[in-house]
Amino acid sequence: MDLQTIWFILITILFTGFFLLEGFDFGVGILLPFMSPGDRDRRAVINTIGPFWDGNEVWLISVGSAMFGAFPHWYATLFSGFYPLMLCMIVALMFRGVAFEFRSKQENPAWRSIWDWSIFGGSAVPAILWGVALANIIRGIPIDASMNYTGGFFDLFNPYALLCGLTSCCIFTLHGAVFLTMKTTAALNARAMVLAKRAWSAAMMLSAIFIVCTFLQTDLFQRLGINPGIVPVFSVLALISVRFMLNKNAAGWAFAMSSIAIAFSTFTIFRGLFPRVLVSSLNPKWSLTIYNAASSSYTLGILSIVALIFLPVIFLSQGWSYWIFRQRTSVDSEVEY
Amino acid sequence: MDTLFLARAQFAVTAVFHFIFVPLTLGLSIFTAILETAYVKTGQERYKQLTKFWGRLFLINFAVGVVTGIVMEFQFGMNWSQFSRFVGDVFGVPLAIEALFAFFIESTFLGIWMFGWNILPKALHAASIWIVALGSTMSALWILVANSFMQSPAGYRMAVNGLRAEMIDFSALFFNPHLWKQFPHVLAGGIVTAGFLVIAISSWHLVNGTKERRAFETSLKFGAIYAFIGSMLVVLAGHAQMQELLKTQPMKVAAAEALWNSENPASFSILTIGDEKELRDVFAIRVPRLLSVLAYNSFEGEVKGIRELQREYTARFGPGNYIPSVVTAYWSFRFMVGAGTAMLAISLFALYRVIRENYSFSRPAGRVLLWSCILPWIANSSGWILAETGRQPWVVFGLLKTEAGVSPASVVGQNALFLSLTLFLGLYLLLTVTEIVLIKKYAAAGLEGAE
Ligand code: HDD
Ligand code: HEM
Ligand code: HEM
Repeated sequence: MDLQTIWFILITILFTGFFLLEGFDFGVGILLPFMSPGDRDRRAVINTIGPFWDGNEVWLISVGSAMFGAFPHWYATLFSGFYPLMLCMIVALMFRGVAFEFRSKQENPAWRSIWDWSIFGGSAVPAILWGVALANIIRGIPIDASMNYTGGFFDLFNPYALLCGLTSCCIFTLHGAVFLTMKTTAALNARAMVLAKRAWSAAMMLSAIFIVCTFLQTDLFQRLGINPGIVPVFSVLALISVRFMLNKNAAGWAFAMSSIAIAFSTFTIFRGLFPRVLVSSLNPKWSLTIYNAASSSYTLGILSIVALIFLPVIFLSQGWSYWIFRQRTSVDSEVEY
Repeated sequence: MDTLFLARAQFAVTAVFHFIFVPLTLGLSIFTAILETAYVKTGQERYKQLTKFWGRLFLINFAVGVVTGIVMEFQFGMNWSQFSRFVGDVFGVPLAIEALFAFFIESTFLGIWMFGWNILPKALHAASIWIVALGSTMSALWILVANSFMQSPAGYRMAVNGLRAEMIDFSALFFNPHLWKQFPHVLAGGIVTAGFLVIAISSWHLVNGTKERRAFETSLKFGAIYAFIGSMLVVLAGHAQMQELLKTQPMKVAAAEALWNSENPASFSILTIGDEKELRDVFAIRVPRLLSVLAYNSFEGEVKGIRELQREYTARFGPGNYIPSVVTAYWSFRFMVGAGTAMLAISLFALYRVIRENYSFSRPAGRVLLWSCILPWIANSSGWILAETGRQPWVVFGLLKTEAGVSPASVVGQNALFLSLTLFLGLYLLLTVTEIVLIKKYAAAGLEGAE
């Protein structure tokens, strides 16, 4: 396997980590206003992700810098081309990031409500926009011979991409709701269960439409072949099974299944993309691939050593933090503000 | 307004705002860690209260630092796509280490620290804030590896097609002499920033007759020592940095001194009003020989002037204007050095009082100590303005001009840029004001407010 392929896989892993982890805390953020109107309850909901969300967001930062380092052209074309999309995403993430810290710093209900809605919007907007971005990446965008994006605003926000955005938003919401069933107690837990079931129905419906449209709109299925392998099939099965796990009150298993659904669909998308990283809709020759977008092999080599050293450190330290805070957060116990 | 101007304005705005919060994060994480260590060692409740008090302010500031950092991360690709294509090969490694190592351990262990007070054993809890401090220091180190490459490229070769710089020697990139002058200077800048905030808030409480007198005396003691060490370091390291710059970017030094013509021995400007078009003084007060002393630690030695350097650069790089904005470089340097000198004096005064154990400040003295906390911010911002504008017209010195680094106007147009610049500016002002309000509130609430 060459270094370019290794880095394509590593970036897929980073993306997967990001969707998996930040996915549930986006979901929790989206559900926040619908869980309970009570202030203590809301704090308890936020505290389920309190210790984790920043660490989860770093997966995104890592995606960005790994792309910059391993595939500078991918990074440059993608982020300059997706300018309006990135701008909305960044602004949303900014509101969200400060909201967790600012929210509790004044007693005033209006103040709290502003930041609660910032958490909601700051979670919903990126959850939608990542779907939009992925849809455009697999369907293809107008890229010219010098690797520059030549489309406009509405090339990005086309109906297919918006559909994909809604789908990703629903799946993250489901993932967050399942996480809440795992981490809350009493009334909040019951509420999370109701919301999880609703989110599941919406996610199932949208995913079905999305799969059909993807078949019509992209070459993903042709590339996967007649026998797509077990991964895409399992991601669908896992999504379906979430409902049964919820019915059985097996929150942990439900969370495992929604995680598998997200991880496997991310994998499927990137496998369909390989070895391209950005598809040009103007001329297949102008697509960015892992070869024409990559850094020199010296740089990729050093980057690989870096990943080899630090990825285990990340897994261990984040794993440890999830272990420390494995207890459910309950409203009665002392709520940390 | 063309896209180049807008993109530059946006970078300047976002970077300067990011660097309002970052130095405080750098300095305060270490400071909080020191206090918590004192708590673990002595078991005295006072230290725990202080840890929580400064830790709370740290957290408020950290949140804003993080969200302004996200913009920085993506902005290279969004607004400087040509620059990204050019330096990606070199920048990738430091930025990846920054994210995969520094940011990860920093954010993960900060979560553990915030929510772990009643869960973790004391020593482990203190260790987690030390890891946070290590993380923020490492993030500064690795981003500065990238910045040092822009200031003084090392460890690279130009690709055959001439379209990008390729890393050929990672250790040369990391042991770039520029970095090892810059990093101590920036880190010390963070230390003084936190030190002066601690002095300001502690002395405010003491002047206003707090009930928690003993704790704030301790806090002032730690803060004064911290600020004094930081001030010494920042000035010494700045001096070293100036000497390094003479070798790598003499034009920046000449502009910072408004030195139009080469001099030997060279004089240091106290006040110059110059004419940038004609490249000459209108009015100047200069101290003879002082610049030679600063540059070479000796009374002799030539420092090249702007005119001569322009000729040299033209011979080396081809025709063009290689003179950065002299007004900006000159005044930002004066502001930084002025603030640095004032801080040295003020921290010395605070330290003197601490040594005499005399904590009763008169109102005017209290006011000076309170307001002096603005000085580090002036010095930090003007330092970066000097460093970045003094490098112009280059974005990567000697390799890539700023105008060649910006995203093509056909990809990121004027309207998009105008919108993003306005949005960021508005948001940053909002965030800064909110942060100041919250810090004031929690600083005034005292130790009990932090429980
Ligand atoms: C509290 C902050 C602070 C203080 C008191 C000083 N500086 Fe500074 N200075 C910085 C904070 C700073 C900075 C923000 O950290 C910069 C920006 C870029 C850099 O490397 O550090 C900087 C840049 C910077 C540069 C430009 C470096 C470059 O372009 O690569 C020089 C030559 C100096 N400093 C020199 C000094 C001297 C001689 C000082 C003596 C009093 C001084 N600084 C005080
Ligand atoms: C956080 C501290 C920093 C501050 C306050 C800062 C400040 C600035 C300012 C004021 C400009 C505008 C210069 C001009 O338009 O004349 C600028 C430009 C720029 N800086 Fe920095 N900078 C910082 C760190 C960095 C670092 C670490 C990097 C790279 C890793 C960097 C990369 C750039 C780039 C790409 C530009 C745009 C080109 C230009 O206009 O010069 N900056 N910065
Ligand atoms: C211009 C290039 C820069 C980029 C791309 C950048 C990027 C970032 C990002 C993405 C974050 C958020 C990390 C998180 O989510 O935890 C961040 C925070 C931070 N940055 Fe920057 N940064 C830049 C300049 C600098 C400089 C020059 C320094 C220090 C000298 C610095 C020091 C820090 C520190 C200490 C933090 C963590 C603490 C905090 O978030 O307040 N950065 N930066």
